[in-house]
Amino acid sequence: MSLPKQPKEAAASGAALDFRAVTVRFPPRQKGDKAFTAVREATLTVGAGEFVSVVGPTGCGKSTLLNVAAGLHRPAGGEIKIFGHVLQGLNRQAGYMFQADALLPWKTAFENVILGLQFRGMAEQEAADLGNYWLMKVGLGHAGDRYPHQLSGGMRKRVALAQTLIVDPKILLMDEPFSALDIQTRQLMENELLALWQADRKSVLFITHDLEEAISLSDRVVVLSAGPETRPIGDFQIGLPRPRDVAEVRLTPAFLELHERIWHAMREEVLKGYAQTLS
Amino acid sequence: MHKPFPKLWLWQLLLAALMFGLWWALTAGNILPPFFFGEPLKVVERVFAWFSSGAIWEHIGITLLETALAFAIGTLLGLGFGLWLALSPTASALADPYIKAANAMPRVVLAPIFAVWFGLGIWSKVALGVTLVFFIVFFNVFQGIREVSPVLIANARMLGASRRQLLSHIYLPSATAWVFSSLHTSVGMAFVGAVVGEYLGSSRGVGYLILQAEGAFDINTVFAGILVLTGFALLLDALVSFAEKRLLKWQPQHTERAGN
Ligand SMILES: Nc1ncnc2c1ncn2[C@@H]1O[C@H](COP(=O)(O)OP(=O)(O)OP(=O)(O)O)[C@@H](O)[C@H]1O
Ligand SMILES: [Mg+2]
Repeated sequence: MSLPKQPKEAAASGAALDFRAVTVRFPPRQKGDKAFTAVREATLTVGAGEFVSVVGPTGCGKSTLLNVAAGLHRPAGGEIKIFGHVLQGLNRQAGYMFQADALLPWKTAFENVILGLQFRGMAEQEAADLGNYWLMKVGLGHAGDRYPHQLSGGMRKRVALAQTLIVDPKILLMDEPFSALDIQTRQLMENELLALWQADRKSVLFITHDLEEAISLSDRVVVLSAGPETRPIGDFQIGLPRPRDVAEVRLTPAFLELHERIWHAMREEVLKGYAQTLS
Repeated sequence: MHKPFPKLWLWQLLLAALMFGLWWALTAGNILPPFFFGEPLKVVERVFAWFSSGAIWEHIGITLLETALAFAIGTLLGLGFGLWLALSPTASALADPYIKAANAMPRVVLAPIFAVWFGLGIWSKVALGVTLVFFIVFFNVFQGIREVSPVLIANARMLGASRRQLLSHIYLPSATAWVFSSLHTSVGMAFVGAVVGEYLGSSRGVGYLILQAEGAFDINTVFAGILVLTGFALLLDALVSFAEKRLLKWQPQHTERAGN
């Protein structure tokens, strides 16, 4: 390719994701009600190649933030920059693993995995090879011809992971991807994700309600306040050495100390969020 | 499915025999006048004669042909219009009152008009069947498209789907599933359209046989016609169940995986 290298590099400078005073509103359910402000003036960055986790009480607006980053939901205020460019329309650089089941029920696991390649018009044989490779990689080499309803919840999540990663996005948006898995599978998948990430350093925005998972995976952990009008209230650098093993790192004193500090910051918000779900 | 009691079909058969027995006893004993209620033995005899001489096949063939055409054309039109209106809010807002009016209208009254337009051949019957099938398929597709999970669409868009790809990979398969869920009703309606059309004016078909027999006060032949119709309606329904099983193999059966 004869593209001049310089401008491209320049365009790629800056954080992978840069939320600037982002406010998100949902329209009122009935006329006369006020609009619901889910997120208020949230500022948050994910550096290029950085792994950032977001934790926060249930219903505070984590998925909403991801939808904004994906370009699926337009913020009412503020802006979001992707590698230095203001995001308009869909975020073409991002892969999004949704919290809810998003596999097509009428396609087999294999067909679901290669969906993104099909959309891009990749040659059939090439797509098939890559699809089989990724199915193996998530441990489903034997289950390619099963339909989603014939897979367990955890297997479906793994198909979704392969589906997202196969198109090799620069930015990875993950919404509680492993919360449906049992603890052993979960740690396997977490280690696998870390290995993949270590290999080509995607920028990751990872959402979880599990603080231990957040700390063991991330470079930084961001804590959100309870909703509505949620915003980041804490930003913690995780200096734990890499490569990490997610099971072993949890036993180190440094981990426990971080956990203590972040939990302290979170506790009040979690209780607030819980009280809201009760009322 | 759990079995209520063993050898169910045997009991079901017994029940049918019992009903026939009762019918026979009532009419043979003149408790019900045979002139109005027919005689089961003669009815069976008539059906048997039809099939042994082969005379019935021409009529069944015509009725089934009308059914198949009405079903195919009605389904395609319903699918097309359903997709179009569901994906285009302006068109659907514009068409809404007309669709409601057309669906509320008892469509059997159109039969004489179709007879004038399309003649007394098969096409006037097909047209009647189409008007019945179309709305079933149309409403199912329309509803189905509207209820496609937004997460599926968001996910496909994030994976790079164009509008056309969304149509072929998500909307169309989803709509087809809804068409299949209404298959029993729509095939049944195509059959009803064909028979009612024949009954209202024709020169061939099982509906015509019934019409003719009625004109001659031959109640036994009327019952025989009804019996044959019922038999073929059951056959069509079994065929639909079979097709459904093959084509919707991606859907969970009702008994498996309710909790996930
Ligand atoms: N489409 C919508 N219309 C109206 N309100 C919405 C909509 N989507 C989300 N909300 C509201 O915005 C708030 C944040 O929702 P969101 O799904 O982002 O929470 P979350 O942090 O992801 O929760 P969880 O941890 O349970 O997944 C909630 O109060 C929710 O009710
Ligand atoms: Mg969420």
